[in-house]
Amino acid sequence: MDTIEKTEENIFFSSNNKKSDLKGTLIVGSTLASVILIIAVLFLIIGIIVYNGWQTFSWEFVSAFPTDGMTKGGIFPAIIGTFILVIVMSIAAVPFGTITAIYLTEYAKENSIFATAVRFSVRTLAVVPSIIFGLFGLGFFIQFIGSGMDTAFNAGELHWGQPNILWASLTMALLTLPVVIVSVEEALKTVPRELREASLALGATKWQTIKKVVLPGSVSGIMTGTILAVSRGAGEVAPILFTGAAYYLATLPKSVSDQFMNLGYHIYIMSTQSSDVEKTMPIQFATTLVLLILTISLNVIAVIIRSRIRSKKL
Amino acid sequence: MKDIKIEVKDLSLYYGEKKALNDISMLIPSNKVTALIGPSGCGKSTFLRSINRMNDLIPSVKITGQMLVEGVDIYDKNVDVVNIRKKIGMVFQKSNPFPKSIYENIAYGPKINGMKNKTDLDEIVETSLRQAAIWEEVKDRLFDSAMGLSGGQQQRLCIARTLAVSPDIVLMDEPASALDPISTSKIEELVHELKEQYTIIIVTHNMQQAARTSDFTAFFYLGELIEIDKTKTIFTKPSKKQTEDYITGRFG
Repeated sequence: MDTIEKTEENIFFSSNNKKSDLKGTLIVGSTLASVILIIAVLFLIIGIIVYNGWQTFSWEFVSAFPTDGMTKGGIFPAIIGTFILVIVMSIAAVPFGTITAIYLTEYAKENSIFATAVRFSVRTLAVVPSIIFGLFGLGFFIQFIGSGMDTAFNAGELHWGQPNILWASLTMALLTLPVVIVSVEEALKTVPRELREASLALGATKWQTIKKVVLPGSVSGIMTGTILAVSRGAGEVAPILFTGAAYYLATLPKSVSDQFMNLGYHIYIMSTQSSDVEKTMPIQFATTLVLLILTISLNVIAVIIRSRIRSKKL
Repeated sequence: MKDIKIEVKDLSLYYGEKKALNDISMLIPSNKVTALIGPSGCGKSTFLRSINRMNDLIPSVKITGQMLVEGVDIYDKNVDVVNIRKKIGMVFQKSNPFPKSIYENIAYGPKINGMKNKTDLDEIVETSLRQAAIWEEVKDRLFDSAMGLSGGQQQRLCIARTLAVSPDIVLMDEPASALDPISTSKIEELVHELKEQYTIIIVTHNMQQAARTSDFTAFFYLGELIEIDKTKTIFTKPSKKQTEDYITGRFG
């Protein structure tokens, strides 16, 4: 059998697709190059932090209180304070955000003005600068609600009307609420309509369907939303500046009405306002390293939990 | 009246302004298989979904007329739609098992209705799976995921799931259209056995299937009920020319 001869007319051999191929290659190539650059910068940053912070990083560092005006000692209270903040923040944000997402996806009618208002508010909230959340926390939670509580329950004596864990956590919860809502919404939407129909056709109510079919099907998305919120909460500093973070506390907080120390805030203060910035440099790096380890571990845990849930389902 | 399960009186359905079902009136007999046939878009699936009020899920839908099930108009304001669906079950065109175990799929309905006792649940699961002619195939892997079953098995699972809530009426929307011939004939056999206990209404675009499996056949065209009669009559001596044209393949 003769091989096909390459002729002008033979379309299999035409080369006018090469130009389009080249374009595609250029676009993909330059995108790849940018991604590599970004990853390189990331590794550079992480590298500098690890290199400089590693010497000071030790078990003592993580478990001891700061001493000698922050120039020696550990950052234990800052770690605990960050944990407590994140936990209380999640308790406030995750259930509330999940329920809002359920409302928006399962109950809201197409033309509902209320639903449109809620969606708009969520999207807007997501882009408000974090310092404004801080100011809001100060004005609303501390000076309005807190002082109001003092007047009503403590006969005016100052207890709730000042910065503490509760107000800082609630402020952070507001900040991370959009992230939770959007993640949960996305997760709920991935549950196919056929499954909801199947449940309803068996005589289940809407809520039963949500509880037994939709929510179990979106657990991994809810986890993702929670972890993203927690990651942000662990790192943001602006909202807690006036709502609860303290530079130095001699003891760990005992209740939500106490102030707390915080990793991000600690780094900020040490690098700008401590009595001897040079001397605290090693501690700054080490604290940054701890914060980085914390955030990365959280994300790794999230990925692991998510993949285990997914594999269990199938 | 015991022989008539459903009486439809001048039922019309609108998608917004568009009229999709036009003054449908018919009687559906108990413990028989009634097939709904007609070309694509004729409204047979829409009509089927009106029987268990699944069209309520679509916001722009409006329904006028009456659908009397054992004498009660299911579209009456005072009727609880959730309870209707416990009595009128549905098997969908594309099987939709929950991403749970086989056991949990079947037990879903009874659990919704408050059944908690494990022995009772085990019994219902086995009975339903036997009724759907799939027990032997899955009895050793009840706690495996339902998603691991083949298409035909999944559909029989969905049938078992529907039967587990003990409905009176089972609606089937082209249950075998996505399946291979062997699974299809298994499902058709099943339909034949089930009519002893249940009233079955089945939508099918496969005329041979309608002729094989049903006792009565209703022919729909452009949102109207053209004719309903004993299956044998429809396929041998239909009274309307449109029916005859469809049966003989002149259109559709």
